[in-house]
Amino acid sequence: MTEQYEPRIIAFCCNWCSYAAADLAGTSRLQYPPNIRIIKVMCTGRIDPVFVLQAFKHGADGVLVAGCHPRGCFYVHGNEKTAYRMEFLQDIMPMIGLEPKRLRLEWIAGSEPDKFARICREMVEDLKKLGPSPVRGGIF
Amino acid sequence: MAGLDELIEETGAHDCVECGKCTSVCPVARINPKFAPRLIVLRVLEGVSDSLSKDKDIWSCITCEMCNDMCPYEVNYSGFILGLRTRAIKAGNLPDCSQSGAVHTYQRLMTSGVKQNRLKWVTPEMKIKERGDVFYFTGCAVHLGALFSDKAGELKNTPANYVRILNAAGIEPVVSNDEVCCGHDLLWAGDEDSMLKLMDKNVEVIRKSGAKTVVFSCPECLRTFEIDYQDFLGDFDFELVHMSEFLLDLIDKGKLSFDSNGGKITYHDSCRLGRHLGIYDPPRDLISALGMELIEMQNNKEKAGCCGVNAFANCGEVSQKLQLDRLLEATATGADEMLTFCPKCVIHFNCLLKSPKLPVPHEKVKILVREFGNVLAEHLQKKGDR
Ligand code: SF4
Ligand code: SF4
Ligand code: FES
Repeated sequence: MTEQYEPRIIAFCCNWCSYAAADLAGTSRLQYPPNIRIIKVMCTGRIDPVFVLQAFKHGADGVLVAGCHPRGCFYVHGNEKTAYRMEFLQDIMPMIGLEPKRLRLEWIAGSEPDKFARICREMVEDLKKLGPSPVRGGIF
Repeated sequence: MAGLDELIEETGAHDCVECGKCTSVCPVARINPKFAPRLIVLRVLEGVSDSLSKDKDIWSCITCEMCNDMCPYEVNYSGFILGLRTRAIKAGNLPDCSQSGAVHTYQRLMTSGVKQNRLKWVTPEMKIKERGDVFYFTGCAVHLGALFSDKAGELKNTPANYVRILNAAGIEPVVSNDEVCCGHDLLWAGDEDSMLKLMDKNVEVIRKSGAKTVVFSCPECLRTFEIDYQDFLGDFDFELVHMSEFLLDLIDKGKLSFDSNGGKITYHDSCRLGRHLGIYDPPRDLISALGMELIEMQNNKEKAGCCGVNAFANCGEVSQKLQLDRLLEATATGADEMLTFCPKCVIHFNCLLKSPKLPVPHEKVKILVREFGNVLAEHLQKKGDR
């Protein structure tokens, strides 16, 4: 492999908190690696487990799910449901050969752009250590 | 893929005399009067040009094979539907998958040949081997138990329990980390290509193990090996056996025994084990061997009702009504538990039982729906106790 491995990360961010944090990180000119592709959803509760599995199936090396802090969800229980869903996804991932570390769930408030930038940096670091996803080429 | 003519030939669909017997027994037609198996055959036989790309009814069939059993001209109706489905998805006619297709997605991920960590559930005291005469094909119970942990989390224990039972009888089965999904759901969702990839891997894994006998607890895995794999690959040189038959044999030889304090049980024939494979008596004999009383539901064996969903596709109103019918029937027996071998049946029935949308009061369907092996393991007699 001549090209250096750069992890590809899909980040699902809820509109009200984590996307706002990402936005603020940008306007505050905080530095974070360009490996993250953000997909905005209204609430993390919209993130069907299949979105995560599909991201891996299409070749993502990591998936970040970011939403409002517990009790802070704009749709009341969206993030609780997400927490439960991520748990069973992480349960099933190793069984099909995907390291659970490739999926990360974080609560990032709109006022925490630095947390957003830090988590992106950490995730890129972790995924560099972990290496490319075993299904990097994607399955179609 | 062969053309439609060949499918019609192979499944005997052109022998159809339009008697409508299939429609009269079809559980879907009973609930949805617009659905009629006879009409699907008719539309295809008449070559209605866009029936393959538009006909949603080919996904509404729950592939229960009630019609196969009834047809006087022995049309292989479920085979016909299966063939239509593989052709339909090529024409852009797709099923509506439950959980947005999460189950199908993880199953497709298994076609990639990624190194799995499938045997998390194996504990040090379990005796398993890498090569040997008996291969236990565990199926996806653990994956499904994780995915449906709120409804049927107990499924996570299923393979471990069967290994414990086999160990108690002195059998050390081969259990492989490289086994993959059998491809049943993908096949019935029309994705034959993925199923073929999974088939090749599984057959290779079994060949490498040197097994002479492959034992299955999941009826869908057994059906897929017995009928679909052998359709593509010809007869295997290893034997395929269902767990119920295998365990009965061990009981007969005095190697295995169970002990319960009685209890009333009813048994649900899943369509794969029952109508598809014709295995009706061994599970019932196992219940007697458990020392429990078996109370039959009104519709049993060939006439058993269905859990209402196949291949995690098209779950809806019809499925719910069929599940409710069956649960009411099971409750009417007065049994405490309804046992079945099929993990999907366990999920689908529990999905309704535990749903806030259950259309009747909970006391009306007072029955536990459980996977057979999980109950067997509770009553296993250890060697020392005998
Ligand atoms: S397989 Fe079952 S659901 Fe499908 S047409 Fe036949 S009887 Fe109806
Ligand atoms: S029962 Fe058989 S012969 Fe009669 S309509 Fe159905 S498929 Fe045709
Ligand atoms: S709105 Fe942010 S998690 Fe629900």
